[in-house]
Amino acid sequence: MTFREKAKIMDKEAMERAIKRIAHEIIERNKGIQDLAIVGIRNRGAYLAERVAAFIEDIESIKVPVGILDITLYRDDLTAVAEQPQVHKTEISFDITDKKIILVDDVLYTGRTIRCALDALVDFGRPKYIQLAVLVDRGHRELPIRADYIGKNVPTALKETVQVLLREVDKKEEVVILEQGDA
Amino acid sequence: MKKWQRKDLVGLENLTREEIELILSTAESFKEVSTREIKKVPALRGKTVVNLFYEPSTRTRVSFEVAAKRLSADVITIATETSSVKKGETLIDTGRNIQALKADIIVVRHNCSGAATMLARHVDISVINAGDGWHEHPTQALLDIFTLKEKYGKIEGLKVSIVGDIAHSRVARSNIWGLTKLGAKVSVCAPKMLVPVAIEQMGVRIANDIDDALKDANAVNVLRMQFERDEGTAFPQQMEYFKNFGITRERLEKAKKDIVVMHPGPLNRGIEISSAIADGANSVILEQVTNGIAIRMAVLYLVAGTKN
Repeated sequence: MTFREKAKIMDKEAMERAIKRIAHEIIERNKGIQDLAIVGIRNRGAYLAERVAAFIEDIESIKVPVGILDITLYRDDLTAVAEQPQVHKTEISFDITDKKIILVDDVLYTGRTIRCALDALVDFGRPKYIQLAVLVDRGHRELPIRADYIGKNVPTALKETVQVLLREVDKKEEVVILEQGDA
Repeated sequence: MKKWQRKDLVGLENLTREEIELILSTAESFKEVSTREIKKVPALRGKTVVNLFYEPSTRTRVSFEVAAKRLSADVITIATETSSVKKGETLIDTGRNIQALKADIIVVRHNCSGAATMLARHVDISVINAGDGWHEHPTQALLDIFTLKEKYGKIEGLKVSIVGDIAHSRVARSNIWGLTKLGAKVSVCAPKMLVPVAIEQMGVRIANDIDDALKDANAVNVLRMQFERDEGTAFPQQMEYFKNFGITRERLEKAKKDIVVMHPGPLNRGIEISSAIADGANSVILEQVTNGIAIRMAVLYLVAGTKN
């Protein structure tokens, strides 16, 4: 199966503005950054979490703790996927109990990744609450999950894929919609 | 993209360098799970792991049990003294019965070399070798290598000496396969009767004596003298062994200051290693035990993923 690019929906500047806005919204909604911690979901969510934390530091002059969550071991399709996904490290070096956790991912789609992440997080402790921030919400939820902070809402068809490209991993910054088709 | 393809893990001899590195990097991720307050992930939920042990073992059996439980698998341990093996059931029949119970993974320890390989060939479910005769003990070697890699950051170019009963040691054989594949320089040191013929063909050097083995070594893996395997001829007296091959403070003073001392356990204090060294600053013996869980979690996870 091959994919071709259908549309570019965010460029570097749009992404930066969206992440900056999310940082502001997080501070506003939580009335400051007391007890706040940010946890990114591997792979790209981890980089986005760092960026959100950097903007919050710009605004409030305090660095909030940032962690990385690998959700591989919590997936509900481990036995169904033909190839075992590679396991990476979870790195949460602070106690999440009674913290206000902002969970960060790149794309919100079926909600299953977030379900895994919630299961994984509560194994580390009992946060005061968990909020969800995503760069793109593309719809098609299969679970009752919604985001608290959204960079951009993008209506998509099921046969399309939304790809967030980040300089840390992909050497460029953009969000594109890919469409199934013959290359 | 590196992917695990093998149904079984019977030894390191047949693995590629990439496969060994995949197990090591997967184990690195699993090590963190054991540091959590809730030391459990749901990755193998609904899977059944059967520990089939034909030889006494505490450390390896418990390590596999803990590893499987931390992955949320169900674990059943069969000690053969209390099973139908006593009534004469063959290994293959036992294996097929375990498969008929719809178990997913058999962890087997057997006193015959090649037992795990044969079992793997006769069942469709995964088989992990927890030690077969004098042949291989892959997870022990992997945890030794993992521990070394944690200390030095790499294996390539390290000088590792294996001291002790090389001839009867599956730990030695698996370590030699694994370490040489990853580019370490391995030497062995033992009483002449306990050095197997043509061991050099495995790519190792035979040290002249214990001081030669320790000189320049980054690590020494001290094997347990397995007196229970003594057939009455080849084995030296215990005190004689300690005098000539025991790892003592005086001997380590002539070695590199940061030499890493490993031992697969159980320890014979005062025979192959002195207590001062076993409990000393160079010893990583208990870290090996901790790392064993991460390695076994990684292996269970990887072979479980090859179903369908």
